[in-house]
Amino acid sequence: MFDLARIRNDFPHLQRSIEGSPVVYLDSANTSQKPTAVIEAMQQFTKQSYAPINRSAYRMAAAATDAYENARLLVANFINAGSPDEVVFTKNATESLNLFAHGWSRQRLQQGDVVVLTHMEHHANIVPWQMMAAERGIDIRWIPLTDDGRLDLSDLDNIVDGAAVVSFTSMSNVLGTMNPVREIVDRSHAAGATVMVDACQSVPHAVTDVQAMGADLIAFSGHKMLGPSGIGVLWGRSDILDQLPPLMGGGNMIDDVRLDTFSCAPVPAKFEAGTPPIIEAIGLGAAVQYLSSIGMAEIRQHEMELTQYALDTLTERFGSDIVIHGPRNIEERGGVLSFAFRDLHPHDVSQVLDEKNVCVRAGHHCAKPLMRIIEANATVRASLYLYNDTNDVDILANALTSADDIFGL
Amino acid sequence: MPGLEDLYREIILDHYRNPRNRGELETPPAISTDGHNPLCGDEITLYMLVEDGVVSEIKTNGQGCSISQSSASMMTQAIRGRTLAEAEALIHHFKHMMSIEDHHHDDPGDTPALGDLEALQGVVKFPVRIKCAVLPWNTLSQALESA
Repeated sequence: MFDLARIRNDFPHLQRSIEGSPVVYLDSANTSQKPTAVIEAMQQFTKQSYAPINRSAYRMAAAATDAYENARLLVANFINAGSPDEVVFTKNATESLNLFAHGWSRQRLQQGDVVVLTHMEHHANIVPWQMMAAERGIDIRWIPLTDDGRLDLSDLDNIVDGAAVVSFTSMSNVLGTMNPVREIVDRSHAAGATVMVDACQSVPHAVTDVQAMGADLIAFSGHKMLGPSGIGVLWGRSDILDQLPPLMGGGNMIDDVRLDTFSCAPVPAKFEAGTPPIIEAIGLGAAVQYLSSIGMAEIRQHEMELTQYALDTLTERFGSDIVIHGPRNIEERGGVLSFAFRDLHPHDVSQVLDEKNVCVRAGHHCAKPLMRIIEANATVRASLYLYNDTNDVDILANALTSADDIFGL
Repeated sequence: MPGLEDLYREIILDHYRNPRNRGELETPPAISTDGHNPLCGDEITLYMLVEDGVVSEIKTNGQGCSISQSSASMMTQAIRGRTLAEAEALIHHFKHMMSIEDHHHDDPGDTPALGDLEALQGVVKFPVRIKCAVLPWNTLSQALESA
């Protein structure tokens, strides 16, 4: 059962008040708050079980290795991976995307090969490919947007025709748009492309089944899904991960090293050079257990209702004074609300909201190409998660009205 | 926590609502310099005409928050008609007020007064916004280097 009061109680940071007002945290698309279960799992592991993994032979080290690998199994189950070996622990989704872009380009792509991206990508799924375009002579093609902030798939078959790679986001971190992943994957596969999905914004908020998605690889971050910062995931089909070269060399990733050569360990160790984020993996394992105990379908349902409430409340309160980007249909969007408020600059709006302890992001959200396309220098972004409630939305709306007092509009 | 009235002083809001010296100058003879803040996306283009070592005309264009825009507006008023050396001195004076630079005590008597710009002093209490206030001044620094 989705018990919102109990959920909110699980997050110590949300219990805080600053100068007598509660914290209204509306920046979860940026990074999420952590439940006690995650904090305590990491603390307990650190206090009682911390030891090196995959190296030493004593019992404590073996137990730490088991705990780390159990976290991998928990993540694998959470996304319905075929095997835990398909789950690579990285630093964050950015590293996962870079790992694929750099490795695949150097191993497989040549001058004139085509990589397809979309106009709604985060910099993390643009810049690595631009770096490879400069280094390898790769051509980048773009899937454009419709006027209401969805991907324009009308010319998709032409765009992906002959492409070696299609890499796109499952959900826009600016517009909130949830893309039809399976359809894009299937049409890209039909064109012979390898498909990567930046699932950073969708994995924390909805059921993820990598087998149903059909993609070859997906990337996501632990810190956006109640886990700690410093750990992310690259999931890939085993045959793809086998072909993908490692980005970093070092300990743990080798099978053998001689003075003149080395050979790689099997996947996933091949990609995990050096001591990995062990404590963070334990935290991520606890996070997916916590999310699963509530249910991802239930979380999605809660966020759909709350997003609808936020869209209705803000529109009713402010009418044409507020312009909210992205699709209106709640089925096609997540709880990310980017908006312009009157002619106020987002920084100023954010400053006024901060006075009421309302935490939002103001800026370009690491998606400058998209911002140029929607002709916004910056937006205010309020993003919702399982622990937010209608009261948070009401406080946001009330705080927005106080901008009147200051700017006298 | 410092109050918003420390940040949004009336004179700042006035410059924000009615920016002075906004627009473009013909290049050449004027020079233009772009500045931007990669963190937040604020953008400014500064146009400056230098004649006989004096900034005879200065205008700015761009998009940004009330702090960066009002700082640009007040800066153009303070800089117009100044010698290049006086402009340099004002930059240091302003950055000192923003607590990001030690003051140059060459000859305090020669440093032009900040005037309206003193109103931006409250920004120091909001460290995240200092970069907003300084953006036009960094752009001016670049322009002076190429002048």
